[in-house]
Amino acid sequence: MASHSIAMNAVGAAGKNPVDSTAFYDAKGEHHPEGSTMLGFWLYLMSDCLIFAALFATYAVVGRNYAAGPSPKDLFDLPLVALNTSMLLFSSITYGFAMLEMERGYLARCQLWLAVTGLFGIAFVGLELYEFQHLIHEGATPQRSAFLSAFFTLVGTHGLHVTLGIVWLVTLMVQVHRRGLVPENKRRLLCLSMFWHFLDVIWIGVFTFVYLMGVLQ
Amino acid sequence: MSAASNAGPASGHDAHAHDAAHGDHGESHGSFKGYMTGFVLSVILTAIPFILVMGDVLGNDRLTGLVIMGFAVVQIVVHMIYFLHMNTKSEGGWTILALIFTLTLVIITLTGSLWVMYHLNTNMMPMHMHTR
Repeated sequence: MASHSIAMNAVGAAGKNPVDSTAFYDAKGEHHPEGSTMLGFWLYLMSDCLIFAALFATYAVVGRNYAAGPSPKDLFDLPLVALNTSMLLFSSITYGFAMLEMERGYLARCQLWLAVTGLFGIAFVGLELYEFQHLIHEGATPQRSAFLSAFFTLVGTHGLHVTLGIVWLVTLMVQVHRRGLVPENKRRLLCLSMFWHFLDVIWIGVFTFVYLMGVLQ
Repeated sequence: MSAASNAGPASGHDAHAHDAAHGDHGESHGSFKGYMTGFVLSVILTAIPFILVMGDVLGNDRLTGLVIMGFAVVQIVVHMIYFLHMNTKSEGGWTILALIFTLTLVIITLTGSLWVMYHLNTNMMPMHMHTR
């Protein structure tokens, strides 16, 4: 298997023109028309994972330093968090459907599922912004205590990732609309797929560790 | 994976390789069944922790905390397998290797921070209480 993939990589490296790269795509029978984009993107996700690890560690350390301010129990609205979680989970499965339609070559259906994914993403960010606005309105601002600083940084960073994911999603929908499901667009959609599912994985950590455990304490 | 190996040597025959490649494609990128399995498992693994905490089913915060952490770990694994299509073979094993390395760093970061800061807090405790 190892020698096989090395041989295929050599073919991929040699093939500079589009025809060869298509052949490489077919011959390898995997999702990456241009060599190791997927591995590279995976490595980026792993480095992003380390950013979140640092933010989780910060939250774990200072998460109980309320400075006589509000505690998670006073602030967190679990039904809202459950709704938020379901939005992200639905967006994950609809992105999966978009990928399946992409594989089968149905452009319109792929676009439709991407649009649905985007709407769920927007709903998620909207609910999160509503929650933040509500907290700030109650005086639970990031400046209030170490707990709130860590909370806003961790959850806000995740929300920022989702927001940029939506921007990326819209960009790709325009590109797919203009160029169709060409190998380049498929590769981009696969990268975004990994990014989107990765954000859902991070959110599992957030709702468990920050919201649910926070209310328990 | 065997479909890919078969397609490799036959790359000259474009149409043939194309078909074989597509068969494998669907497999390595999940099927409808795979996504649905992952989704249903995720819904269950998300709903149970929320019910446990919101309904205070177990009646013991420490135990509930441990249980929901367990559910989170299982759900992360489910997402990795069914949504991110993680396996030991993709990219010749490099993705799983990168993941293991990252997880090592994540565990060191989390446990290290908690451990060090816990002891720091313990040592600060008498002074903290004194000032109060």
